[in-house]
Order: sequence, then C-alpha cells, then structure tokens
Amino acid sequence: MSRRSLRGAVAVAGVGETAYYRHGQAPEPEFVMCLKAILAACGDAGLDPRDIDGFASFSNDRNDPPSLATALGTHELRFSNMQWGGGGGGGAGAMANAAAAVAGGLADCVVVYRALAQGQFGRFGQGSRANTISGDSALTNPYGQMSPAQYYAPKAMRFMHEHGIGQEALRAIAMASYHHAQANPRAVMYGRPLTEEKYDESRWITEPFHLYDCCMENDGAAAVILVSAERARDLKQTPAFVLGAAIGAGYRVHSTQAGFATPDLASSHFKTVAKHLYQMAELGPKDVDVVQCYENFTGGVLMSLVEHGFFAPEEAMDFLKLENLVAPTGKLPLNTSGGNLAECYMHGLELQIEAVRQLRGQSTSHVPNVNVSLAVAGPMVTPVSTIVFGSEATL
Amino acid sequence: MSATYLPPGLPIPVPEPNGLSAPYWEGLRREALMVQRNPLTGVFQFPPQWIAHDTQTFDIEWVEVAPKGVIYSWTRAWHPVHPALKDVGPYIIVVVELPQAGRVRMLGNLLGDPRQPVEIGAEVEAVFEHHNDAEPPFTLVQWRLAGG
Repeated sequence: MSRRSLRGAVAVAGVGETAYYRHGQAPEPEFVMCLKAILAACGDAGLDPRDIDGFASFSNDRNDPPSLATALGTHELRFSNMQWGGGGGGGAGAMANAAAAVAGGLADCVVVYRALAQGQFGRFGQGSRANTISGDSALTNPYGQMSPAQYYAPKAMRFMHEHGIGQEALRAIAMASYHHAQANPRAVMYGRPLTEEKYDESRWITEPFHLYDCCMENDGAAAVILVSAERARDLKQTPAFVLGAAIGAGYRVHSTQAGFATPDLASSHFKTVAKHLYQMAELGPKDVDVVQCYENFTGGVLMSLVEHGFFAPEEAMDFLKLENLVAPTGKLPLNTSGGNLAECYMHGLELQIEAVRQLRGQSTSHVPNVNVSLAVAGPMVTPVSTIVFGSEATL
Repeated sequence: MSATYLPPGLPIPVPEPNGLSAPYWEGLRREALMVQRNPLTGVFQFPPQWIAHDTQTFDIEWVEVAPKGVIYSWTRAWHPVHPALKDVGPYIIVVVELPQAGRVRMLGNLLGDPRQPVEIGAEVEAVFEHHNDAEPPFTLVQWRLAGG
C-alpha cells in the first residue's frame, strides 16, 4: 500500500491579487475584490475561470463559494471548504485542503482565496463592544486583554524569558519584512523603510511588541489556483508543486481567548505540525531555500522558525540578524515580499503567493536557485498550518 | 485612584446561559477561588469544561483553592483597544500559575504601579475586586505581589 501523501500530486498553477490598500481604503466592495483576485489568478495560470470547480478559504471569509461560483458562471461546484480557526492560522491549511481535494479526485481546479474590506466590515485589532461577555472571553476581556496582540504577547514574553532572547531578535524580523518591501511596488510600505532607530523609538503596543512588531490591517484580495501536477505542467507558469502540508496544534491548546491556559504556552504551536510537514515533504529544514513566515507579531515568527527547526532557541540571537534574513545573500531569506508587516495583511495568503513566486523566479527580492519554498501560516493561532512547495527538480 | 484597577465600561463577565462557569463567578462574589477537579483522579482543570480531559467523564467537582500563585508570563498593554481604555494605559496583564492546583493558570491584572518591572516567577496573592455597581454586579480575581 502506498503511503498517503500530497507530495508531488498537486501544484499551484496561478496566483493573483488586487492592489493592496490601507485598511478601510478599498475603492470597491469586498466581494468585487475577491472576484478580481480570482480572475487575476486565472489569467496568471491561463485558465478559464468557468473551469474552477472548487473553492477553499479560511478565517471565516465572508465570500461564500456558491455566491462566487454563481457570479463567475462556473460550470459546476464540486468542493467548497472553510478551514476552522480565526486569524491567519488556516492560510496554508486552506491550500492543503484544496490540494487534498484535487489529489483525492473531489475537484479538478480549486481556488484558495481571501478578501478583506475592513471599512466595509470592521477591524481586527479592537476589543469587543458587547456590554456583557461569557465563556473564555469573560476570563480575559475584563482585564483589558481583548486584541490578538494582547492574547499572544505573553506567549512570546515567556519564550524570550526562557531562552534569554532580546528585543533585537524581534527587531531583525521586522527589519527583514520592511527591507524586502522596499523592492516590492505592491507593498503598502513600499517607499517607507524602517531603521533600527525608528523601531526602537516606536511606541509599545503591548510588551514585548512595538508598533513595528505588529502586522498591518489592510484591504484587498488574493487568490491561488491549484490543479493536478500533470495539468499544471501544461499551463502558462512554472508549477510550484506541493511537497507537504500540515495543519493542527499540540496538546490542549485552548481557544485564542483562553490561550493563557495552554500547557505549552511559550509556543507557536508548530512543534507537532512541522514534524508532519517534513515527513510528508521528505525533507528537512536544511533543504529549505526561502521562508515566508506569517507575522501576526514578530514573536510568533521567532517561535515558528525555532519549531520548524531552523535554529535552536539558544541560537536565536545569533541567527536573527538582518544580514541572515535578506535576499539574495542571507542564510535564510525571510518574508521576501514584505509579508504581513510591510506588503499587505491579506491574512497571509500574500505569503503563499510569494512562496510560489520565489519558485518561479518572479519575486521582487528573488533568491537564486530556489527549489524548496516554505510558507508558514498564523503562528500562535489554533489551529496553525504550514506548507512547502518544490520545483520540478525536487520530485 | 479608582476603586478598580481598570475603569468601568469594559464588557461585564456573566456565566453562560448553560451555567458552565457559574460556580467560578459565584465563588468570586464570596471571595473564593473555585476551579474544577476530576474526583476520580484529582486532576484540576481551568477554564471550566464539560468533561474531565484525563478520563473523559462528565462528573466534575468544583473545589476552592488557595488564592495564591506565581507569575508565569505577562504583558504591559499600552495601546487602547476599547473606548473605556482610552488614556488609561499602560496596564499590566499577568498569567498566573497555581502550583497548589495542578499548575492551572488564570489571568488578571498585577495591582500596583503599572510601570513596575514584572518578574516571571514572582509569587502573587489574589485580591478580590468587587464591581458592585455593575449591572449585573461581579467580582474579578486580581493579583498583587505576595507580602507587598
């Protein structure tokens, strides 16, 4: 019996996005942006949008597959999927679900999408306005713990305490994203470089996170199309083959709101998940050429990189230096489009797109000879997810 | 100085209609810190659950535990995320571990100077902060440095 795996069976054939905007500044409705991103991905792949037969998203995206399929005039709908979990934890999970649908024969052409118009629908980084509150939120909100930054800060604080990691490590992660955004005209922070001084002088949001440790909030939409490996080889773009993917969390991780009770608090929740990723992909961290790692907050990137095996916690202060993290020369080029901090907070789907662009040689901060490209979604959220793409040479 | 660490106006905690966490909130009103325990194994759990996670049994008891703990982690919040917190910050949120109750954790504010240095591992004791003017009235467990 063959081992169950996605490895080499499915590939990304097309990627697309709208222009990225500051939050609340989208010039058109969220649904329209969603359609435009999907059409852009179809154009990139050279696919007729009517041939899409599956839809997958995450984070309770508001644009449902029947409405999209109807609007696009797709011939039939065979797969409609929502990955559980808020925030960006499901970004790679939606990709994995789409890949699994294609590999398993449930659908032939699945689009993964995310659209956000926060002017239309409200923002993430604000607390509940309810008068009364129950459940896990009742144990946190009355203490003023109400936003994602506040929920996750104690995880990073504990990790930094346990391993003697200083603020400079977080700063280097923020600097890497801003550095790469300066080469990327799509990036919201294009033309707005970050210096160490500017980082150090920026206000605290909630310790240990300065302003520049926190993702932006943005408007826009992004889409990625997955088809079988055979079909992808006949399409316009160089295929980015799915080598492995994994979704999940460790032991009793609780909700975001009750995250304080998670036994392994000082974790991004990739300890178990990364193991499954590498097992399916049949490779290890040393084989990875470039990493896109979701920055909700830089502390999550720190823990994700450790839990994906790139360095030990005790090595973090040496490893997390800007020169190691920048394309094309760094040891581990990180967030090469600018990511959630400086390109756009499209809940990390822009990071999935960037991972594909690196394999195609289309990144604005291209890393030479990329064969293995990793995209990590939503650290510290539950569940998290992660995916690795490879070139034809890796198969 | 306000009678409570944070000003009124934040969401008021109430038990769920199904009552899962009611013993916790009722306990705080009478200045008792209540957590769940599995009567079969003595294993504690918090926040409240319907089922004991170690034996998958539904018979769970609520027990009062000593109102003291150790700071496991913390954050000092500066950016206001709610209208009631505008111009209030900074304030300190602590994750407190209860060694005498199976190391379950609770949240709270660390009372005292909001700009004080915070030490992971420091011993803290509970302070029951009554919000009697709220509708409905409620009590929060807060924390201060032990012997402070």
